[in-house]
Amino acid sequence: MADKILMKGNEAIAAAAIKAGCLHYFGYPITPQTEIAAYMAKVMPKIGGTFLQAESEIAAINMVYGVASAGKRVMTSSSSPGVSLKGEGISYLAGSDLPALVVNVQRGGPGLGGIQPSQSDYFQSTRGGGHGDYHMIVLAPASVQEMAELTVKGFELADKYRVTSMVLADGTMGQMMEPVSIDDLKVEPAPEKPWATTGTKMEREHNIVNSLSLVPEELEELNFKRYDRYKVIEENETMYEEYKVEDADIVIAAFGIAARVSKNAVDEARKLGIKVGLIRPITLWPFSKAPFKKAAEHAKAFISVELNMGQMIEDVQLAIESKCPVTLCNRAGGMIPDPEQVLNAIKEVNGGIQ
Amino acid sequence: MAVYEKPHALIDVPLHYCPGCTHGIVHRLVAEVIDELGIEGKTIGIAPVGCSVMAYNYFNCDMIEAAHGRAPAVATGVKRADPENHIVFTYQGDGDLASIGMAETVHAAARNENITVIFINNAIYGMTGGQMAPTSLVGQVTQTSPYGRDPKACGYPIKVCEMLSELVGPEYLERVTVNNVKNVRNAKKAIKKAFQNQIDGKGFSLVEVVSSCPTNWGMTPKQALEWIESDMLPYYPLGVYKDRSAEQKEAE
Repeated sequence: MADKILMKGNEAIAAAAIKAGCLHYFGYPITPQTEIAAYMAKVMPKIGGTFLQAESEIAAINMVYGVASAGKRVMTSSSSPGVSLKGEGISYLAGSDLPALVVNVQRGGPGLGGIQPSQSDYFQSTRGGGHGDYHMIVLAPASVQEMAELTVKGFELADKYRVTSMVLADGTMGQMMEPVSIDDLKVEPAPEKPWATTGTKMEREHNIVNSLSLVPEELEELNFKRYDRYKVIEENETMYEEYKVEDADIVIAAFGIAARVSKNAVDEARKLGIKVGLIRPITLWPFSKAPFKKAAEHAKAFISVELNMGQMIEDVQLAIESKCPVTLCNRAGGMIPDPEQVLNAIKEVNGGIQ
Repeated sequence: MAVYEKPHALIDVPLHYCPGCTHGIVHRLVAEVIDELGIEGKTIGIAPVGCSVMAYNYFNCDMIEAAHGRAPAVATGVKRADPENHIVFTYQGDGDLASIGMAETVHAAARNENITVIFINNAIYGMTGGQMAPTSLVGQVTQTSPYGRDPKACGYPIKVCEMLSELVGPEYLERVTVNNVKNVRNAKKAIKKAFQNQIDGKGFSLVEVVSSCPTNWGMTPKQALEWIESDMLPYYPLGVYKDRSAEQKEAE
């Protein structure tokens, strides 16, 4: 086993992307994810790759569109306001069924917001973010090692299903340092892409990468087919972690940094004799409906811990089919709930169900 | 005696363009150049949003349809994906290139991105039914300038070649037109040079083609070609606005 090295989450994403065979990166500076661009700027020229600081987020995502059309692994990264700008391009990637990786190291919003950690782009990410019917596969890391692993996973899933993957991190994940192993990451190489626009070499019909379809019957058919593919993704690629859920009366739903905070609170509450557990969705889309539905068979209440005004809570309510109450425990605008706040929420809910 | 043949790089299907529109001529010129340079198998074209949005159905090479104005960014990605083996061109109108996509145009030029840009300037938004373009002439009547383009309210038309020629970056900028046989021949020469520059690794080459839109100008095809001569060309003079290699040669 290779040695672990101490890395920032952002750097781990960059290193893992290169390990995954991504040799093309396009970005635009924005806090708190600029370390990704800095890493790429340093490494890409030495390994024959592309680092390009684009004139805008819009240009960056369209450069991604170009490389993806040519069939190569490609990524861009940004933070919340920048990802809004990429929304157009992400929609076109979806409409053209192009694989790519987009990283969002979230900060507080709306508008220019702040530069401190947030999870307030949950709706934007899990519902698509741009116009039209589509989804991205949304991966939510809760450690620096996962920043690396889910980056690789993001490329693999993107290629497998011809979709855009998003690593949805937050400022904490991007900035914190933890030991991480990059060399040990296992990578599935990119599959053949016979649809890619790489030149016909006068050996085949021309390939067209396109999201325009003016005949409504045909466009409907394309949408149906895309959603058939999404269904397969939902069936096969949903990822989550369960912690002390089996006997839990109260189940916390939390992802990313909120899940780490919540885990501490679960342990503290268990010491007090409160039966509480945690479900941490790792894929935010597809959402982990099954473990929530199962937990609702024995749990009396759910708490959604989020760094926003309550977004994932809607998916939790849908997953448990509103069988029991779901309480929101949150901070917003760049603030992070501490374990004590979560513990207090657990105690309060516990008082209510006794 | 030369017999008229369709270039191989142009697929043998009817074009959807209006009668008298010059897109057909420029498509043909681009295709002839691709044939003559023997690059069809390695060429990837980027279609814009606008009247030529469906250019991907007409060119025989691999084609990509870009978001409105983003063709130079998409082209940058395609080119960088495999610079040795990809010949990349964009085909864009004036709304696409000089309005919504101006930033992408300017920065691709500033980077001297090794791509070829074919810029159709017909001073109007054709596909959406004839609205004012960034290149519409002062006084020009369009759907969104029904009393004529008033510079007090909407400023002056943008001269793309002149503007880009102030940049250090781009290799080659030329404005041509296709309103008569002589000009068509010159246009082809310019387009060929713009592709040859890319093959030679020289960088960003843009050919602006002053074009006609009889439908939205409210003219017959013949009147439209005459209007190019009488009204467009005085404001948009033909010529080479930048040719870095030639300038360097001259300096030596």
